[in-house]
Parts: sequence; C-alpha cells; structure tokens
Amino acid sequence: MINKKLSTEQIKHVARLANLNLENKEILQFQDQLSEILDYVDILNEVETRDVEPTSQTTQLHSVFREDKTAPGLSASEALGGVKNKVNTLVSVKKVWEN
Amino acid sequence: MINFETLNIKEARKKLETKEFSSVELVKGCLERIREKDKEINAFITVCEDEALKSAQMADKEIANGNSDQLALLGIPIAVKDIYSTKDIKTTAASRVLEDYIPPYDASAISRLKKAGTVIIGKTNMDAWAHGSSGENSDFGSTKNPYNLEYVSGGSSSGSAAALAASMCLASTGTDTGGSIRLPASFCHLVGLKPSYGRVSRYGIIAMASSLDSIGHFTKNIYDSALILSITAGFDGYDATCPDIKVPPYHLNLEKETNKLTIGLPKEYFKEGIDKKAGVKIEESISRLKQAGLNFVEVSLPNTKYAIACYYLIQTSEVSSNLARYDGVRFGFGRDRFGAEAKRRIMLGTYALSAGYYDQYYLKAQKVRTKIISDFEEAFKKCDLLLTPVSPTLPFKLGEKVEDPLSMYLSDIFTVTANLAGLPAISLPCGFVDGLPVGFQLIGKPFDEEKLFQAGYFYENFEA
Repeated sequence: MINKKLSTEQIKHVARLANLNLENKEILQFQDQLSEILDYVDILNEVETRDVEPTSQTTQLHSVFREDKTAPGLSASEALGGVKNKVNTLVSVKKVWEN
Repeated sequence: MINFETLNIKEARKKLETKEFSSVELVKGCLERIREKDKEINAFITVCEDEALKSAQMADKEIANGNSDQLALLGIPIAVKDIYSTKDIKTTAASRVLEDYIPPYDASAISRLKKAGTVIIGKTNMDAWAHGSSGENSDFGSTKNPYNLEYVSGGSSSGSAAALAASMCLASTGTDTGGSIRLPASFCHLVGLKPSYGRVSRYGIIAMASSLDSIGHFTKNIYDSALILSITAGFDGYDATCPDIKVPPYHLNLEKETNKLTIGLPKEYFKEGIDKKAGVKIEESISRLKQAGLNFVEVSLPNTKYAIACYYLIQTSEVSSNLARYDGVRFGFGRDRFGAEAKRRIMLGTYALSAGYYDQYYLKAQKVRTKIISDFEEAFKKCDLLLTPVSPTLPFKLGEKVEDPLSMYLSDIFTVTANLAGLPAISLPCGFVDGLPVGFQLIGKPFDEEKLFQAGYFYENFEA
C-alpha cells in the first residue's frame, strides 16, 4: 500500500486520546493494520443514508427510571478491595493540577 | 459410573432426585475430567474446586430434604465464561489487566443461576475482552478444540465451548457480541444460544460493546438451553436495556406444531465463500427439515455485504469507550498490559469517534445499522425464522489466521447481523466434515426465542 490512510502522526494522536503508550514498532504496525481496515470500511460509502435515522440500540427503550429508594450498597472496604494504591479509604491518583 | 459424554441436564436432574448419583459425585467426576484433560485443552482459567464441592454438598442436602421444586438446576455443574463477575472468585476477562481482580458482587445471570441451585465449577478461558473469533487472543494461552487439538475451538467463548464439548461440565455460559457463542458452538458440536438483545440482563458482565453484547449459553441439547434461558432471562432492575417482557417457561413449550413454520433462506448468505463440504452438511439439514414438512422461502437481506464494516465500526467505538475505565486505579493493572488485539480495537474505535471522523465513521455505521434492521423486518414478513450457515469455513488450525486481523474479522460474516439487529439466534450442530464439527444457524424475531427452541427441538428429534 503506497498511500496509507493514516500517518504516524495520526496514530500517535489517537494513542494519546486512548491513553495508550505505544512503542515505535506498534505505531508502524497499527499504521499498516488500521489503514487496511479503514480502506475496507470505506465500502459503507456505497450505502445511501441521507434520510436514514441512526440506531444506537435496538430495544427502543429510553428514559428508563426506577423508584428513588435507597438500598444497601458495598462497604468502603468491599468497594476499594481492588485498589492497589490507597490511603485509608482514599484512592491515590497521579497529580491532576500543578498548584 | 456416570457417562459424562451422554449426560445432559434434564437426565442429571432426574438421576440426582432418584439418588442414582449425588451432586458431589457428579462434581467430583467433572473435576477429575478437568484434571485429566485440561492441561491439553486449556478451557479453564480458574477451577473452583473448593467452592464447587461445598455447593454440591449443600445441593445434596436440599435434595435429601425434598426441596428441589424451585431449584431447577440443583446440583448441576456449570462453567462460566471469565467475563461474568463472580463474587469472591477471580474474574479476568482473560486479560493480564485483570489478572488479580476479584469482584465484590455477582452478575445478575450468576445470582439467578446460583438461586436455581447451580454449582459453578470454574471460570473459562476466552479471547481477552471477548475480542476474537478463535480463542487465540487469550493472555492465558489458546484453548484447543476437543475434537482435534490442532484446531481452534472458536471464540470468543472458547473455553466455555471446549469445557462442555469435553464434558467437563453440563452447560456453560458465554457472551455473544458478533458471534462469540454461535461460532464456538458450531466448531464444538454444541447448541449455542444468543438471546435477543435485552432478554438477559448484562449487569455484572464485563462490557465489550454495550449495544451489541448478548448474554447466552452452551448446552448439549435444546431442552437444557431453554431451561437455562427460563432462569437467566427477564427484567432485573439493573440493566436499562432489559425491557419488562414476560419470560415464558421455554423448556415446557418445546413441542409445538412446527410444520406450520416458514423458514426463510437469505440468498446473500448462500453465495460463494462458504467451504464446500460444510455447505453440503447445511444443505442436508435443510433437506431434512423440508422432508419433515417445513415450508422454505427464499428471502433477501440486501445490506448483508455492509454488515462487517458496520459492525467493526460500531463495536470498536463502543469497546474504546468501555475499556477506558481500565487504568489500574480502582482495580487491576495499567493499560500497558493490554494485548495487541485490545489495543488495535481501542485505537480503531477512538479514531472512529474522534472529532472530524465521527460523522464519517460511527454515525454512518449507525445509519447503515438501521438499514440492516429493516432488511430483517422485511424478511420476517415472509417467514418465521431464517436459516443460515454460522461460519464461512470449517474450524481452522491454531495459528492459521493470527497474522491477518482482517481475515479473522471476516469469520463473523454470518453472525454479526443478528447482533446489529438485536435478534435471537441459535447455532445447532449438523454433523462433521473430516472429523470437524459444522453447525447451522436459526435467527428469530425479537424476543421470539420460543420459535427458535421449537424448531431446534423438532430438528433434534426428527427421525428421517
């Protein structure tokens, strides 16, 4: 394939959006594979969809509510059982703001 | 001596009640089979030996006390795809990201199975995050096909299919987002049910693509399949995509006048591209049903050729969203542990949803989805069920498709449409070619699982 659909810059951009750290080898591999897949999905341009509504799910349900009643939930220790970095019942995360 | 190869749930329940064997004996037998064969087959990620024996002992007590009435699966060992949250039992989705994750709760389907007396014997292997059609994307090794260990068992519910095919349990659970129950069922000579989208709650099941995921199971026959659905199906208050539609006693409604059913054969599913020998087996099944008096009509699903493209845009987009939560903060490990296939799908989905590309890809795919749904609505005006192949090929060898992701994606060509349209579908065994199993598929109208079971039951029992 001479003209790949995606540039390595685009791959790096998408990886950033997806919070994935890719090695150079992976960037090149994905450039090849994703470009090939995007070439394939271009077949959808054959379909006339001008006046077609999109379907997001097939149940036709919307605005599903329940009674606003409380019920017991997980305890803090149950809920935090899988947290590797915590201080008491607080989850440790990377610094979000500088100041 | 328990004959595990021929035992099914209906028969096992009878024999447990008459005390021909105990649940402990049954479970011990399954555990023995797992010990003997699973090193080769690799169907299980976790074997719940202690928990299973404890459940079996409790089951035997209930049986002795005559309490079995409400417990339709009392004492029956079932294997669970490792994508279902099981309280206090490691749940990994076959990914190193969740290698040490222990859920603090049960999925709804699991609570219901437990409430019915099920013994959970273990968590089965799968393609990591349900991304795959062969079982080769597991971070814990591929699962082999019990019918020929050089071949794949199909995916993504690879371990569940193999465990049942090797009679290591009496049924197994799976999920089907693009064919992940039906394909392995056809590769392993099993009945594989994909219920309608929304028939079984997705609560507690690690999400792959939220508008496509369907919660189903593998069994050796139709009765068992119908019985399990009667237990797992129905509104539970935790899944906003589960309509509050009554659950009929599917297993009690199997014998109906099936010769009044009309079956549609969608011409686009019978063009070239199917393995010739597999095609012959499917033609034989069609002849058999014709002989039995069922009516067949040709129908058309004109947008079939766009289904894979449509599916792989919608599915990967939803995957990229659902897998965003795995960052090692609240559970599991960080994103560096994602395998190549997971990364590939996250990347594709992120791109399809990103600014500047959303309309061209995701939105376009959603519109094509609408057209695929109306194709089925049209076809179902002329028939009650559709009959199609499940796989374009016979089970393939391990390693045969791993280098070519697109070729692997094309394995799903006959199965993705049911997920896009939210329809129920079932894979039924129709014989062997060169020792490898072949299956055919029946697709039904939304929430019309009854007709699928009736037609399948009829096919199972019809003597030519």
